[in-house]
Amino acid sequence: MPQLMDGADVRRAIRRIAHEISERHKGADNLVLVGIHTRGLPLAEAIAEAIAEFEHAKVPVGELDIGLYRDDIGHRPTARLGRTLMPIDLTDRTVVLVDDVLFTGRTIRAGLDAISDLGRPAAVELAVLVDRGHRQLPIRADYVGKNVPTSLEERVTVRVEAIDREQGVWIERTGE
Amino acid sequence: MKHLLSMADLDRAEIEDLLDLADQFGEVLGRDIPKVPTLRGATVATLFFEASTRTRLSFERAAKALSADVMTFAPGTSSVTKGESLKDTALTVRAMGADLLVVRHEAAGAANRVASWVDCPVVNAGDGAHQHPTQGLLDCLTIRRRFGKLENLRIGIVGDIRNSRVARSNIDAFTALGAIVTLIAPPTLLPQDLTDFPVSVSYSLDDVLPDLDVVYLLRVQLERGSGPVFPSLHEYVERYGIDRRRLDALPPDAVVMHPGPMNRGVEITPEVADHPRSLILDQVSNGVATRMAVLFRLLSRASEEGRQ
Repeated sequence: MPQLMDGADVRRAIRRIAHEISERHKGADNLVLVGIHTRGLPLAEAIAEAIAEFEHAKVPVGELDIGLYRDDIGHRPTARLGRTLMPIDLTDRTVVLVDDVLFTGRTIRAGLDAISDLGRPAAVELAVLVDRGHRQLPIRADYVGKNVPTSLEERVTVRVEAIDREQGVWIERTGE
Repeated sequence: MKHLLSMADLDRAEIEDLLDLADQFGEVLGRDIPKVPTLRGATVATLFFEASTRTRLSFERAAKALSADVMTFAPGTSSVTKGESLKDTALTVRAMGADLLVVRHEAAGAANRVASWVDCPVVNAGDGAHQHPTQGLLDCLTIRRRFGKLENLRIGIVGDIRNSRVARSNIDAFTALGAIVTLIAPPTLLPQDLTDFPVSVSYSLDDVLPDLDVVYLLRVQLERGSGPVFPSLHEYVERYGIDRRRLDALPPDAVVMHPGPMNRGVEITPEVADHPRSLILDQVSNGVATRMAVLFRLLSRASEEGRQ
């Protein structure tokens, strides 16, 4: 399976995203990082750690499961639901949603609906490790680790240290 | 899981899956906006041929918290008074677009019959003295939240075992999760044949109290004829009612549960009912989360099968 990013590439992308976030917001005040289950969560934690290194402030990290907000319940087998837990009230804060792969945009749409049920943030931004294109909704990312042109027959797989004991991004053809 | 008719339909893994889901839904119910769009477009019908406060309201609250629509039916004001049968009532409600039927009926097996007639999921919300599976699940959830697990917990079920669907469902549920169950009742309120129940039996509450983690009280069902089988209510209260003295005889961490509706002053004194070691209101709130889990599992599976 061809590899797009190795562990070091992923670490560098996380550090760059962390710098972009703190540059745009002139620090880390009033930010909340919200990781989407499953692999958005360790990425959000890694971004928060990177920000802490140069801003000397820990950005709170929330976890969000969008299973209850999907628009395809009944089309696909229901996966296990993850936990939704916000360490802090989202109202009037800037929320940065974090996910591993941006594809159709439907997960992010569900994430935005879920966020709006939890509070009224001042703004919501989006950070992803990989943007593979093929959007089906008017959604774009504010922070992107790597843009990867793909065909619909390809599958992008992200593995992160905290869950998979290895880190990187791979692409494979499916469909046959 | 196509229907939920009896606790026996569920193996341990399925029970634990539903309890895990119910924990997630408990988080939803604690939010400022305790509602998710998950079952938008689905319709849940509650067909209650027998009186109920908490079970019907709990199912309706659960359906609405998942954004499903609710159709409700009360026999006193329906065509049942004109003689319409259970079958025709169920088929009519299904034909109007209900996607899931919640059925309570005084006859054992009623929900199973309904499930054989309609092509949608059916949940048994109590059939005679037979089963009440969502009660078993919500009680497991309540105990698991308090103690972390049911494995090896000692649970005493006290009272009218013979006429109680709650007892049957809860014996199944508690033992499936590894609890050690003792039935405590006068011989006249026990089933005649206990060979199929993986439980022990005691006629004396005072003998077993010091060895229980959970005392689960059943309602004295005056309307089902518990009355004549013991000499007087006073004697029942003397031997099987929980008062302050019996609460103090329990181990310090032990809790008291009751499925409701309570006869205050009979099974339980008001002081114990309102005591911090009474989990009765936790049972009620956990009931909503539990029923959300059941509706979610049945409706997401049903439409999946329908479309693939």
